[in-house]
Amino acid sequence: MQYKSQAVATPYFIAAIGLFVGQIIFGLIMGLQYVIGDFLFPMIPFNVARMVHTNLLIVWLLFGFMGAAYYMIPEESETELFSPKLALAMFWIFLVAGALTIVGYLAVPYATLAELTGNDLLETMGREFLEQPLITKVGIVIVALAFLFNISMTVLKGRKTSISLVMLLGLWGLAVFFLFSFYNPTNLVLDKFFWWWTVHLWVEGVWELILGAMLAFVLIKVTGVDREVIEKWLYVIITLTLVTGIIGTGHHYFWIGTPEYWQWWGSVFSALEPIPFFAMTVFAFNMVNRRRREHPNKAATLWALGTGVMAFLGAGVWGFLHTLAPVNYYTHGTQITAAHGHMAFYGAYVMVNLTMISYAMPILRGRAANSNKSQVLEMWSFWLMTISIVFITLFLTAAGILQVWLQRVSETPLSFMATQDKISLFYWMREWTGVVFLIGLILYIASFFVKGEDKAAA
Amino acid sequence: MSGAFTKSMARNIFFGGTVFFFLLFLALSFDSTATLPKRDNRANLTPAVANGKKIWETRNCIGCHTLLGEGAYFAPELGNVYPRRGGDFIKAWIKGQPSGAPGRRQMPQFNLTEQQLDDLVAFLKYTSEINTANWPPNIEG
Ligand code: HEC
Ligand code: HEM
Ligand code: HEM
Ligand SMILES: [Fe+2]
Repeated sequence: MQYKSQAVATPYFIAAIGLFVGQIIFGLIMGLQYVIGDFLFPMIPFNVARMVHTNLLIVWLLFGFMGAAYYMIPEESETELFSPKLALAMFWIFLVAGALTIVGYLAVPYATLAELTGNDLLETMGREFLEQPLITKVGIVIVALAFLFNISMTVLKGRKTSISLVMLLGLWGLAVFFLFSFYNPTNLVLDKFFWWWTVHLWVEGVWELILGAMLAFVLIKVTGVDREVIEKWLYVIITLTLVTGIIGTGHHYFWIGTPEYWQWWGSVFSALEPIPFFAMTVFAFNMVNRRRREHPNKAATLWALGTGVMAFLGAGVWGFLHTLAPVNYYTHGTQITAAHGHMAFYGAYVMVNLTMISYAMPILRGRAANSNKSQVLEMWSFWLMTISIVFITLFLTAAGILQVWLQRVSETPLSFMATQDKISLFYWMREWTGVVFLIGLILYIASFFVKGEDKAAA
Repeated sequence: MSGAFTKSMARNIFFGGTVFFFLLFLALSFDSTATLPKRDNRANLTPAVANGKKIWETRNCIGCHTLLGEGAYFAPELGNVYPRRGGDFIKAWIKGQPSGAPGRRQMPQFNLTEQQLDDLVAFLKYTSEINTANWPPNIEG
């Protein structure tokens, strides 16, 4: 570790992985409820499990991004973090606020939680992914501002690199677009219109800047390729991202009461969104092929390459699959959407966080890389989790195609529930594959505890 | 990439491109909000509908159901449940949950008052009258 203050990243990474485990357990609960409808009912209704699953996902990814920033920014800026104490304080505030929110979901009925937490002052709850109570949302904004202040001050007092700039732009964008979660008009169409300004402009906009910056940082470290080359690529990729992705928001404006010209704008621009993801894959492989050093951390390199490939498959290919309006007319809100959501989130944001953790954690623990034994185990976990997500996606895609066929295309359409019955085999296969995913995750955690000959200190 | 194309050129294209397409997006959004009154059924946004939406949100119906195709995929689409089932059925249905049928997916009992049920139905009726460009493909949602 080059700067002492980078050490504040450690608790962020540990919390991220802890919450990841929780996310997967609730995923498996829901997966079982899909086929055994009354499993854990009424103790944990499906909607509660879903909130826990998706909110844990978002919160742990945010922990990962913040940890990544605390690790990267001092090294990029060549100076100690502005305030390590503030970073640590925010860690605990965010963790406690997050934990209380999850406990709130599980322990009290949602309507009671809304009443207790001031939803009547400003109604923001009860919308997908934005279920958090008002006080949690305000807490997220406070933590985000303190965090942004801390890293922005660090960049201002030190060296200003393109990677820092892109990371900062992404993180500031994340905070700014989250503000739309406070806007919830009675008019459902307007509500949905601006809901996407948080959700879409996050994952297909500003988060991709964070993704690109994190990947570029790790690639510089593990390949030793010239910074000028890597940063030029980074700018090209994020240009393609925002040029296509901003107006690409229109692929959500086909059927929610918005003007029909969005069917053209949304289809055309979002059809181009796979290009930056493809560029990212080419970038990662290109840099690794042109490497100027053999970094001892092979696992981190594997994660970095995997991020490129899986983000392209999940976001690019599976996104393209249903993004043209005539296709989306049939697939909108089906298991096809769920298939894409899983592979895109995993391939892009889960994997880039695991790339960063894989690269940084050994260094934070005082060595350049883990022992061979530990890395071999980590690579097993890479393949188990990645192959599982591929199969989960394939099973959900199969379920989705049948669902569309039976319920929407057929001359004699079945009801929703009758259709679900007919495709339950695929839900069973998804569930078993999910168990394999969990095993992969457990092996991943186990790899942290495997001893053996460490590689020399960094 | 070739040497003639420098990092600072890439950066300038990034800023220029982003600003341009963001402004274009704002212009389209502005035009959309201006055209929405023709499509979004706002004439029927009564206090009952507003209250119904609040009940919809504070019971987290979206955590199991889709509404206009957005939400969860565990239970039927409700954007068109009003034309599919009618107001009386919807009220009776909500009062009758959970079904308790073994192994079948369950919907919780929300203990709503008659007034709240009426408001919820008003909200679902208003939603079903939004112009969604003929989505969903058929009444099953
Ligand atoms: C825990 C999940 C869950 C939640 C939360 C939930 N539902 Fe349901 N709902 C279901 C399931 C599952 C079905 C189908 C059950 C069946 O067919 O046996 C259903 C069916 C319905 C139906 C009948 C649809 C039809 O086409 O026959 C209506 C109406 C309905 N729900 C309204 C609501 C409303 C309004 C809310 C919020 C106040 C809500 N639901 C919350 C799970 C849920
Ligand atoms: C890493 C980037 C991405 C992530 C994390 C992601 C994730 C998601 C998620 C979670 C949803 C479901 C939203 C909901 O619940 O309503 C969704 C929907 C959608 N995504 Fe993506 N996505 C990404 C990139 C893309 C790309 C590049 C495309 C197009 C090429 C795309 C096309 C779509 C479409 C069309 C929908 C709407 C599906 C529907 O109509 O039901 N996505 N995405
Ligand atoms: C490994 C076992 C997993 C299982 C069994 C599982 C199961 C589920 C289920 C049943 C849903 C709800 C679908 C619905 O609305 O009806 C869901 C939603 C979701 N899960 Fe998972 N999940 C798992 C892992 C993951 C992982 C690793 C990620 C992140 C990469 C993830 C991200 C999501 C997202 C983003 C949604 C919302 C999807 C949408 O709205 O389209 N899940 N999951
Ligand atoms: Fe999108």
